[in-house]
Amino acid sequence: MKNKLSLFIIVIFLSFCFVIFYKGLNTPNNYTPKVNEKKNIPTFKAKDFYSDNYINSDKIFEENTFYIVNIWASWCVPCRTEHPLLMQLSKNQSIKLIGLNYRDNFNNAKKFINDFGNPYSRILIDKDGTLGIEFGAYGVPETFLIDKNKDIIKKFVGPINQEIVNEIKLIIK
Amino acid sequence: MKILKIFIILFLVTSFSELKSDEANDVLKSKILKNIRCLICQGQSVYDSESEFASSIKLIVDKKINEGMTEGLIYEFLIEKYGDWIIFDPQLNKNTYILWLLPLLLFLVGGVIMRKKLKFTN
Repeated sequence: MKNKLSLFIIVIFLSFCFVIFYKGLNTPNNYTPKVNEKKNIPTFKAKDFYSDNYINSDKIFEENTFYIVNIWASWCVPCRTEHPLLMQLSKNQSIKLIGLNYRDNFNNAKKFINDFGNPYSRILIDKDGTLGIEFGAYGVPETFLIDKNKDIIKKFVGPINQEIVNEIKLIIK
Repeated sequence: MKILKIFIILFLVTSFSELKSDEANDVLKSKILKNIRCLICQGQSVYDSESEFASSIKLIVDKKINEGMTEGLIYEFLIEKYGDWIIFDPQLNKNTYILWLLPLLLFLVGGVIMRKKLKFTN
């Protein structure tokens, strides 16, 4: 009886280990932060791309509308693929796009905007990447959807695609 | 002459105390950076990493220390942005109860088993 109980405990323990390791096999090695967690927008002061003046975040997000914060750089190849979609989104009246120019050369960034168009109502300069950190970004491109309560409701890591654009349009409708 | 001496002493005292506080901040900064995981090169700490993400985190930590934030508050700030995973040394919360309590539980169970065995052999 005692032997049977020990065997039963060992089998249960091994099965438990097997399930844990099997589940681990399907989990990706690389960690990606949660993208659907609601967060407040950070308070910050940033330099405007065109005027060189510093603006407070409450002034940037003062209108009662949805906002998109898009982190981009002229050296970032995936930013080029998502740019036409941002241009498409900028035509929507119920959303405003804010660009965060990440660790970029000013002249290159200006050329990028002149060549591909400007979807942003305002561009902010993030010379050392610290503004991106305040938003919880860890790379480029990244896009944040902000609702009328000034909460970040969605985060898209990597370039956006048509599917994401449709999702955004559905949320802001 | 006396006034000059007092000025020199005051100057030396203030500059030494400034040096000391800078040194303390540097030690705190290294301690914090060694406990933050780089999310780009995930095996490395931000302290060891040369990635752009790591260099931005280094600047942020420096800024927060200069603003007077404590070590705990800086971790809280980063966890709020990136989740528990960014810290190498996980804090005790509802997601990490098992991680912290399981070894203790196993230790207790082991102790009970050993005690029973010893009693049995005696």
